[in-house]
Amino acid sequence: MFSFCTDPDVLGQFQWLSCYLTTGKHMSLYVSVVVVLVLLAITAPTALLFGFGGAVAARSRIPPVRWFGKSYIAIVRGVPDIAFFLFFVIALDQAFEWMRHKVLCPDWTDPIRQGNDFVVCQAAKLPLSSSPQWVHETYGFFVAVLTFAIVFGAFAGNILFGAMRAVPRPQLETAEAYGLSRRQTFWRILVPQMWVFALPGLSNLWMVLIKATPLLFLLGVEDIVYWARELGGTKTSRFTDYPHGDWRMYYFAGLLVFYLIFTRISEIFLERLMQRLTRGQATTGGEAQRKAAA
Amino acid sequence: MNKLILSTAALALTAGFAMADTVRLGTEGAYPPYNFIDDSGEVAGFEREVGDEVCARAELDCEWVTNEWDSIIPNLVSGNYDVIIAGMSITDERDEVIDFTQNYTQPDPSGYLAASADADIEGGVLAAQTGTIQAAFIASSGATLVEFATPEETISAVKNGEADAVLADDAYLRPIASEDDALLMLEKTELLGGGVGLGVRESDGELKAKLDAAIQSMKDDGSLNELLAKWEIGPGF
Repeated sequence: MFSFCTDPDVLGQFQWLSCYLTTGKHMSLYVSVVVVLVLLAITAPTALLFGFGGAVAARSRIPPVRWFGKSYIAIVRGVPDIAFFLFFVIALDQAFEWMRHKVLCPDWTDPIRQGNDFVVCQAAKLPLSSSPQWVHETYGFFVAVLTFAIVFGAFAGNILFGAMRAVPRPQLETAEAYGLSRRQTFWRILVPQMWVFALPGLSNLWMVLIKATPLLFLLGVEDIVYWARELGGTKTSRFTDYPHGDWRMYYFAGLLVFYLIFTRISEIFLERLMQRLTRGQATTGGEAQRKAAA
Repeated sequence: MNKLILSTAALALTAGFAMADTVRLGTEGAYPPYNFIDDSGEVAGFEREVGDEVCARAELDCEWVTNEWDSIIPNLVSGNYDVIIAGMSITDERDEVIDFTQNYTQPDPSGYLAASADADIEGGVLAAQTGTIQAAFIASSGATLVEFATPEETISAVKNGEADAVLADDAYLRPIASEDDALLMLEKTELLGGGVGLGVRESDGELKAKLDAAIQSMKDDGSLNELLAKWEIGPGF
């Protein structure tokens, strides 16, 4: 990076460190921080959407839809995350490839499952094995987002399902008395009022999601914990210009600070959001706000 | 005549496609000198050079991918990459699940790295990476096995006293022992495995044949021996 970095052996401490922290490998670490943040920014709303869909389905009056919603929430919540991540992602990827195979290579005669192998025609590969590495990485990233969204969507679904039931019954009865249809009651009365009941659960979920990002490496996305472990590991002088001992402790300490700052900022933000959502609600918190203002 | 020209053109086109076939090489990237991530964040090491040369000779377009050791075989059979090149010794158990090319290293004796020369390797606690031939060897011996996901953690286990010694490939342990005064190599070695080979899917016979031929040509002209000597990986062929 810097011009004086050509021979790290002769550098002073500060210069050595500035060279060390700007190697290509460290750049990968910094990039992975951005990747994790982007992943969270995309996953959180997607998971909320999945959860909302799950909760609405679980409340449906049509039995098959209700069964679907309830079993989605129950099954995904019941399966351990790691098992889900290891099994489901490979299965999901193979399901995509299987469907593409059926459409794109109809005259393929060999079986797709050959012993342990999963073989589809070249054109059905997802992404195509000839596509550049960044396409593979982007694809891996979106599979990661989808998996996270499905897993956390189930938890969010359960929270929202509970929150919808926690909205005081008289509110809904009043709406009906005013002649609002079921749909109107749902969107205008129930949904705006349920967030205040859902937020404590959702904020927990957000915290868990932040900490679950290291599971990314199981999906082939190189996240911060992977790079911290890789960079912190003992480096002997034969294989690097910057040999050092086992520095994983420092790297993990850095991660600790990163995660603590991140969760603290989240807490402050969620607290403000809670204040905002409580305003004018028929809850003890809303009542307290009204009295304080009066 | 026209038809002939057309079919030659078609043939040339398909040949062109075959040339552009991309083969993805999966490695661990945490096992120097076999494979590791260098300062610029690229895969490097003995297998990087062997892999690039094999690809050049087999006229394949190769792409490097890193994958955790634990899930390196499942990801191969499900098609996320096409070749495992990760210091993986050829064993019968693995051969049931995937296929191996011919070996490109001689069976390298595995060494013990310990904190003291009188470490108990017969009945003590020995560390090894999960799913390696060394782990299987310790499990069938009298010693207690502790397994770790990465090679790095096995070394830490010896340094902090959790294990008496670590059993791993000699080529991996030697550079570590030479730079850390607190660690030393024991005299005893174990001859395990049938050398390191490239892992491919059992259904990928064509690719296996190409890679085999390329490795053979590297053995024949001595370029493989040069690389083995350069990275200090066991005896040559």
